[in-house]
Amino acid sequence: MGSKRAGNNNEIMIEIRQMNKWFGNFQALKEINLTVRRQEVVVICGPSGSGKSTLIRTINRLEEHQQGRIFVEGTELTNDLKNIEIIRKEVGMVFQQFNLFPHLTVRNNIMMAPIWVRKLPRSEAMKIANELLERVGIPEQADKYPGQLSGGQQQRVAIARSLAMQPKIMLFDEPTSALDPEMIKEVLDVMRELAEQGMTMLVVTHEMGFAREVADRMIFMDAGHIVEEASPKIFFSKPKEERTKLFLSQILHH
Amino acid sequence: MSGEIIGAVPPLEAGPPKMNIGVVGWIRMNLFNTWYNSILTVLSLSLIYYTVTSLLNWGVRLARFTGVKPEDCQGIDGACWPVISDNWAFFMVGTYPYELRWRPLMALLVVVALIMLAVWPRIRRMRLYQLAWLVSPIVIFIIIKGSDTFGLSQVDTRHWGGVMLTVILSVVGIVFAFPIGLMLALGRRSRMPVINILCVGYIEMIRGVPLITVLFMSSIMLPLFFPEGFNLDKVLRAQIGIIMFAAAYQAEVVRGGLQGVDRGQEEAAMALGLSYWQSMVLIVLPQALKIVIPTMVSSAISLLKDTSLVVIIGLFDLLGIANLVLANPIWLGKMFETYVFVAAIYWVMCFSMSRYARRLEIRFSAGDR
Amino acid sequence: MTELTQEQGKVQLISWRNPAVRSVVYQIVSVVLVGFAAYTIFQNTVANLTKRGIASGFSFLNIESGFAISEVMPVPMLEPGFVSFISSIFLGLIAAFVLHKWVTRKGKTVGGDYRLVLLTIFFIFVVPAITYLLTNHIFVTETYSEASSYGLGLVTGVFNTIKMSILGCILATIIGFFVGIARLSSNWLVAKLAETYVEIIRNIPVLLQIFFWYFAVIRTLPMVRESINFFDVFIINNRGIYLPDPTPLPGFHPFLIALFVACVGVYFRLRHVKAVQDLTGRQLPVLFPSIAILIVFPGLVWMGLGAPVELSYPKLTGFNFTGGLNPSPEYAAMLMGLSIYHGSQIAEIVRSGIQAVSTGQKEAARALGLRGGFVMRLVVIPQAMRVIIPPLTSQYLGVTKNSSLGVAIGFPELVSVGGTILNQSGQAIEIIGITMAVYLAASLMISVFMNWYNEKMKLVER
Ligand SMILES: Nc1ncnc2c1ncn2[C@@H]1O[C@H](COP(=O)(O)OP(=O)(O)OP(=O)(O)O)[C@@H](O)[C@H]1O
Ligand SMILES: [Mg+2]
Repeated sequence: MGSKRAGNNNEIMIEIRQMNKWFGNFQALKEINLTVRRQEVVVICGPSGSGKSTLIRTINRLEEHQQGRIFVEGTELTNDLKNIEIIRKEVGMVFQQFNLFPHLTVRNNIMMAPIWVRKLPRSEAMKIANELLERVGIPEQADKYPGQLSGGQQQRVAIARSLAMQPKIMLFDEPTSALDPEMIKEVLDVMRELAEQGMTMLVVTHEMGFAREVADRMIFMDAGHIVEEASPKIFFSKPKEERTKLFLSQILHH
Repeated sequence: MSGEIIGAVPPLEAGPPKMNIGVVGWIRMNLFNTWYNSILTVLSLSLIYYTVTSLLNWGVRLARFTGVKPEDCQGIDGACWPVISDNWAFFMVGTYPYELRWRPLMALLVVVALIMLAVWPRIRRMRLYQLAWLVSPIVIFIIIKGSDTFGLSQVDTRHWGGVMLTVILSVVGIVFAFPIGLMLALGRRSRMPVINILCVGYIEMIRGVPLITVLFMSSIMLPLFFPEGFNLDKVLRAQIGIIMFAAAYQAEVVRGGLQGVDRGQEEAAMALGLSYWQSMVLIVLPQALKIVIPTMVSSAISLLKDTSLVVIIGLFDLLGIANLVLANPIWLGKMFETYVFVAAIYWVMCFSMSRYARRLEIRFSAGDR
Repeated sequence: MTELTQEQGKVQLISWRNPAVRSVVYQIVSVVLVGFAAYTIFQNTVANLTKRGIASGFSFLNIESGFAISEVMPVPMLEPGFVSFISSIFLGLIAAFVLHKWVTRKGKTVGGDYRLVLLTIFFIFVVPAITYLLTNHIFVTETYSEASSYGLGLVTGVFNTIKMSILGCILATIIGFFVGIARLSSNWLVAKLAETYVEIIRNIPVLLQIFFWYFAVIRTLPMVRESINFFDVFIINNRGIYLPDPTPLPGFHPFLIALFVACVGVYFRLRHVKAVQDLTGRQLPVLFPSIAILIVFPGLVWMGLGAPVELSYPKLTGFNFTGGLNPSPEYAAMLMGLSIYHGSQIAEIVRSGIQAVSTGQKEAARALGLRGGFVMRLVVIPQAMRVIIPPLTSQYLGVTKNSSLGVAIGFPELVSVGGTILNQSGQAIEIIGITMAVYLAASLMISVFMNWYNEKMKLVER
């Protein structure tokens, strides 16, 4: 929980107000209000199709919202490409399917953003890549191609690749769902460490053990709504909403 | 910096913003979403307008449909469709004797009837029905070629032509090329060096040269290979060339399928004690062939288009008939009508097959999951 | 090996149950069958040829042909001048290759040192260019005429095939990339138009399309006297298309050298840009400076040399236009037919290549903060090209093979010329053999390239 980490800052990192999103006529997100503060770890859960991915993808504009306002670090997400660029530099994202670039070595995957977005010299980008690979525990894989790594290793490279941007916020969309059970832990360990170092994180996951341990706040979504928002302690012991209870009973007694 | 940074948000109307849905929304999103897309849309619309109106003017408004006499077409700006209607039978069956044209028609009826019957799954599963398919090529051949035993007078293949010849060349081509291709594909995978080299050599040689050289080979060189006095019919020679050509391509298609089957399948079959041929016929080939059915339909489409090359060696397939019609002084200058019509026939055949292939592909990929 | 297995081996050695025995028997049987067939064919052919009084062999290639070919060009003979030019190309390539191998052996790359790059450029371009300048005045060329030999006729045919294929490939690629990208346009109408083009064109035999362009379009163009005439520069009539023909004047070679130097200059500027980025992270502009180098420097040289190219325009003399560049109607029809047909095939290749890059890849790149252009350049194009290039090369081979359809409308490419010679001389086997050998050589070169490319570009996987 938040108290584990140094400094409990009140600065707002993400602010979403009355946001609505439609895919054609289908409303995927309804009246979303959400505030995330610096160094907070927010875990989002909910049944399939409830709009979790859509929610975090609107935060770096992989999806466009139609109503309401979204601020990231005080910059509003609008159609202004400048703002989108600024925000994407601040926000890193890790996908369920890793999405590493198969034609580049692991090191070059990580170096791409520092070189082309942060405009760093090559040697510096290389240094960053090596440090990050060290940090996620696979320095020896630097010159391999993604196809040669295991799923867990690939996801750790993907995390390193996002961190190379030195983002202030990290979004995780079910980072462990595509992994075999024995690889889940190595990825969660990296994420846990990241949280301890004070990264602001928004995590969509069904790993309730991880959530209980690391999250500062739980969010439960259903049918496009944020149904319940609570600290993990309350969320897991006495949830208010019926739907949350049902979901938890299904996911925990499995 | 603490607390809320956003003030009150204006109350919301229900439903998605108007500009994103409905016809108007669709048009905005897909046709006018940026300034250059708007320009492209306007350009495309004018191109479509121009093409469609000039085609309609030529093909319908200014065209002559009836007026059986070719002279009626003189001095018009539109199409002269009598060139098609007058030569209809010609386009369909070539110079097949006039009084015997009921025979190709009957062959067609046999095929159509067999296809229609396939609609009922119960009939489709009947032995008799499957047998009918098996013997249908022979029946059709006898109907078209004629046979003294059945009291049908012989029709020389010189008189075969038009759509009939195109279809015969392609169907027979595929049917015979398939087993040869299958053998070649197995040979190419074989670990016996001699067989491997023979098969690879054949496949790569045929695939490396244009079809027309293969057709020249079969029509000019083949007669040299046989003893004096052994006469091979011209259509048959072309057919042999087409089969030789198609077999090499079929081999590659089948090989693709064989590569798609997990090695483990073959090993499992061997482990069960099946012989090479048993494991191939019972285990590997059924899976491999299922994967490649869509590709096989595509290669059938290519073959259908490729049969048009037989014009160059003097056969009168559909394209050959088009040239023959145009060579007739009565129909001089009716090139657009003739080529457009012939192109339309090819197009309908190829396009429907390609749609069918795509449907199969979707069905198979859905079945895999 | 233990005794036991040896024993088993001995027992099974002569048995039909031994797979090795079977394999040998199968192979012997197939060799015997093929050999027997070949022998029979050979016997029959020899008998048939003797009966017709045709002497087999390639001596007929020296016989005077006596027929005309409508499109001819000077063909260099294998005399010392040309031979040394050709050998200098090969020697240059070999030298560059050896250099490359030697440098890689030492664990470096040629690109790593600008002197090595310059040396490579010297080997590949400068050496042949110098040889050309030194030897071109002793080149012996012959232009085919009725008095020439069958052999020269065939070579002219090969040159026409090459002339057809190269331009056909270029045009088909342009059409294909254009239409393929249009199929993915966010503009629905543009995408549908491109799809319609592809679906119509690729379902109609290419020979029919060539006939259409030749008989229905080009041959029905206005006659010479009613030519469609754009300012006397660009003239279309049923004898073909007339364009201004650029003729090089004395200062042309220095201009070419200037153009070449500009290209090398752009290359080194790109290296410089990369070096600056590697060192400081700064991204210098690339596109406009490169264009400026390519235009300004050769442009200045061009003007300094007083525009060393003369355009000769088509003129109406008597009943015909003369002068200018005049592709024949046959060439024009073949070019249209091939490039439009193969353009539609290439469009499909390009579309599926680009679509093969998953949206996840693009999203990941955008999430990293890369802008649109960079997403394309760094992520989409490199991955799409791997998918596109192998089928693209086989389309190029397809264009080359389909150029043989020129025989149907009288464009004098290899098969067409070969057919005429075959009719005159009766040397069917030799001519069909030569034709097939030429095409096989082309296929072989392309497949060698493809194997090399696939090997180089193979995505490393477990
Ligand atoms: N691009 C799209 N177009 C149309 N509908 C979409 C699109 N993306 C998502 N949806 C719909 O929006 C809803 C929310 O999808 P979302 O992917 O956010 O769900 P999720 O909570 O992440 O589910 P899961 O746990 O399965 O990943 C779903 O009903 C989905 O069908
Ligand atoms: Mg999701």
